[in-house]
Amino acid sequence: MRALFFATLLVSAAAIAYEILLMRVLSIVQWHHFAYMIISLALLGYGASGTFIAVNKRWLEPRFDLAFAASGLLFSIAMIACFVLGQRVPFNALEIVWDPRQLISLSVIYLVFFVPFFFAACCIGLAFTCRKSFVSRIYFFDLLGAGLGAVLIVGLLFARPPQDALIVLAVLALVASITVGVRLPPRKALIAMQILWLGALLFGMPQNLLGMRLSEYKGLSQAMQVVDSEVLTASSSPLGLLTVVESPQVPFRHAPGLSFNTRFVPPEQLAVFTDGDSISAITRFDGDFSALAYLGDVTAALPYQLLSEPHALILGAGGGSDVLLALYNGAARIDAVELNPQMTALVRDTYADFAGHLYQDSRITVHTKEARGFVTQSKDHYDLIHVGLLDSFAASGSGLQALNESYLYTVEAIRDYVQHTAPGGMLAITRWLKLPPRDSLKLVATVIEALRKEGVADPGRQLALIRSWNTSTLLVKNGDFTANEIEVIREFSRSHSFDTAFYPSMPASDANRFNILAQAYLYDGVSALLGNDADDFVARYKFHIAPATDNRPYFFHFLKWSALPEFMSLIRRGGAGLIEWGYLILMATLIQATIAGAVLIVLPLSRVKRSWPHGIGTRMGGYFFLLGLAFLFIEIAFIQKFILFLSHPLYSVAVVLSGFLVFAGVGSAYSGRLTQKARQKERSPVDVAVAGISAIALLYLVLLPFLFQQLIGLTDSIKMLFSVLLIAPLAFCMGMPFPIGLSRLADGAPNFIPWAWGINGFASVISASLATLLAIQFGFTTVVLLALGLYVTAASISRNYIR
Amino acid sequence: MKYFVCVFLLLALTAHADDTDYASARMAMLTEVQNYAKLARDTDDATFNDDVMRALATVERHEFVPESEKPFAYENHPLPIGHGQTISQPYIVALMTELIDAKPDDVVLEIGTGSGYQAAILAKLVNHVYSIEIIEALADQARERLARLGYDNVTTKLSDGYYGWEEHAPFDAIVVTAAPSHIPPPLIQQLKPGGRLVVPVGGRFMTQQLLLIEKTEDDEIITRQIAAVRFVPLTGKH
Repeated sequence: MRALFFATLLVSAAAIAYEILLMRVLSIVQWHHFAYMIISLALLGYGASGTFIAVNKRWLEPRFDLAFAASGLLFSIAMIACFVLGQRVPFNALEIVWDPRQLISLSVIYLVFFVPFFFAACCIGLAFTCRKSFVSRIYFFDLLGAGLGAVLIVGLLFARPPQDALIVLAVLALVASITVGVRLPPRKALIAMQILWLGALLFGMPQNLLGMRLSEYKGLSQAMQVVDSEVLTASSSPLGLLTVVESPQVPFRHAPGLSFNTRFVPPEQLAVFTDGDSISAITRFDGDFSALAYLGDVTAALPYQLLSEPHALILGAGGGSDVLLALYNGAARIDAVELNPQMTALVRDTYADFAGHLYQDSRITVHTKEARGFVTQSKDHYDLIHVGLLDSFAASGSGLQALNESYLYTVEAIRDYVQHTAPGGMLAITRWLKLPPRDSLKLVATVIEALRKEGVADPGRQLALIRSWNTSTLLVKNGDFTANEIEVIREFSRSHSFDTAFYPSMPASDANRFNILAQAYLYDGVSALLGNDADDFVARYKFHIAPATDNRPYFFHFLKWSALPEFMSLIRRGGAGLIEWGYLILMATLIQATIAGAVLIVLPLSRVKRSWPHGIGTRMGGYFFLLGLAFLFIEIAFIQKFILFLSHPLYSVAVVLSGFLVFAGVGSAYSGRLTQKARQKERSPVDVAVAGISAIALLYLVLLPFLFQQLIGLTDSIKMLFSVLLIAPLAFCMGMPFPIGLSRLADGAPNFIPWAWGINGFASVISASLATLLAIQFGFTTVVLLALGLYVTAASISRNYIR
Repeated sequence: MKYFVCVFLLLALTAHADDTDYASARMAMLTEVQNYAKLARDTDDATFNDDVMRALATVERHEFVPESEKPFAYENHPLPIGHGQTISQPYIVALMTELIDAKPDDVVLEIGTGSGYQAAILAKLVNHVYSIEIIEALADQARERLARLGYDNVTTKLSDGYYGWEEHAPFDAIVVTAAPSHIPPPLIQQLKPGGRLVVPVGGRFMTQQLLLIEKTEDDEIITRQIAAVRFVPLTGKH
């Protein structure tokens, strides 16, 4: 049996690692919006395999070892094959508005990536079904494998590029197949295939076959089309794939918000692309500040006109552009915060000569930290806190960031920043300007809310907003703007042909003078947001510009369902840019998950004999459906919530997913004892478990923001450990209702068990996307409360049956 | 011999049928663009001017798209042309063309030749079009295509568009087909007094707005940002 335990552990580790790897890879080749689709896919694989095994149990049971070994081998092959095939499906997320064929491609991608998870789940499911007497130990190794897999892939992604990590995972699955296969009477075909595949994995896998094929519309792909452009270095980690590109013939000249009036051209730059997009520039600097004169002519230079030799904090240093901006404009001291150590190393080490040894300058201190956590923990007060513009206009403009959680632009974040500005100091945020305005107004709304919460009676006295044709820079002062400062803002704007969009007591005639819009949208918008009817304005505005909060940190989500029909009708007359397509892709994913779940999980169950006591189908079907929804609602909400604490979506997925799996498993193992104890007290064990879930979840809703605030400055590994400890008791309780229901069915309606698995699997598949949609629309707290409601309903409809 | 005659006739008929199909599709596209102009323009003019519509009616868009996209050539939407580039939505092409207010004697600079479609439209309206492309494969294809289709008043080159085309400057109008992070100062310098520069702003498939830069006779710069779509009151009932 040891061989089987070991093989189970390997398959389980490889499966969860592959899930996380795919999230990483699809964020690189496409955009972030695939992350929740992958969770749904993995669950679909598990659900469909459960049904497959239930339907074919009689045939599979006597051939267990062979079926396990074959599934392991197919899992290993499918991991590579689907990685290669999935990237070759011609899918263009940006074109989804125009071309219905893209929806078909999206479905094909979904089905292609389902295959490896199906085979992985077949291995685990077969072990459970055919080796019943060892179920608890198999379960233990399954869960241990999941936990180890998550740790393994994060480590692997630090050490090696994703393609190499993929090979390692495929080898793990193959070793699982061989481990079980060697116990079989020799089967030449199987052995030959295992040996051939091992050889292929270790020696014969062409690197270009495994190469990542980026969407040709990502910034990196576009840059590489230019004559003589060349990738100088590429470094990869879970935090992102950084690609440095040089383009000698057509140099990069990244200078968002540069004035039309400037006489200066940016010097030579290297472009750093994160995950193939989001350009950040490393600018050539040889100590001659006159070459940087263009940095005096961008909207982001405004705060430096108002502050003398400030101590500046740059959040999101990237390739160092904003550090140069601060230096050029006279900052006396600069603290630059960058999350990704590899990004810092590019400026500090690899291209130190090119960047003029910028990070060795005694005025500059570079901190490799997550920005929000750094500010929270900082004891300093800064004259200027500058939030860099690190996302690309293309991604921002096409609404593909709609699903990105961003804890940099929430009410709580702004409060943190404001609290860390010195008296008279400022917060400066530059954003891309869209028409009709979205980001800029949402940011103002968020800032106003933050200032009000800080006790500022008249936030309008502390705000100033200017705009160029494509950027807006918002200043939030710690104190009221003086008449003199307002004059500086006006003069800076006038001399650069930037428009003043707001400053205290600004007359309407001062708006919309240089870059003329059909209406003074920003001035009107900010004035309305500061007025008495602000709530009404936000409610009536066609885009979602209500403040982003830590509970609903979707700063880039602007779509209102009520406006969708109107926007759809405008698509062909220039209105395609009004809609965030990332959000609608999530909708499409939800619909295809529902169809795929119904076809692959529920429909085949019709072949299973249906004979169980009257009423069980509806009652227990509902029970398992609700559990499937509720479990994933909480899990997804926690993944999103822990991004704030763990600094990166991938860390959060790895920690939360494996934490929930492992401790739900422990809870599941304990569920038998709970049932016994509950019976002694004549209570339903489900009620007890649900009471535990509710108590802990409600406590966390109150406690987590406070805990995160206090502990965010700890090192990553300690934070991960702490996260697992936090998840443990909740997951422990959440692991119980499912096996309690199953064990009751085993006594009273065994034929319903495959249906219970199937219905639960189906609910889980749709729940991954549904939870994200609900979180965007209503916030995490609502999703968690909804999940508790589902748990309570499940407990109440099963109460008469489960005792 | 009979066989070859039959095949030739069949091909000729098919080709003719194709041309007819394309012509009728083109007319349908024009009607849609014009109708949308009436509905969506954020200017005083209710429709696009006749010259722009005539240019749109005569340029064969299907000649400017890859084989796989030909069935969709006259759809009023952008299409991929390879290399991460697109041929713009006809409605946006009409809007941009009208915004530069082209006149028969004008000399126009285009930054970003792409498929050559916008250059071909301009070629119908102005004296000469100079067009610069930075992607070699596209530059070659567009040059060959424009020559084959007889657009002899278009000159293309593979080069960095940032510095414009000094030897042919100044220009009556400049069209930049994809928005850079900033407008290159040399382009503004190469604009004639009274000239116009237009840039679509947004992603490849989603133009958000158009930037129109006008240089007055006194060399003063006035810029306007024009929404690609007229958004009915932003705070209206919905």
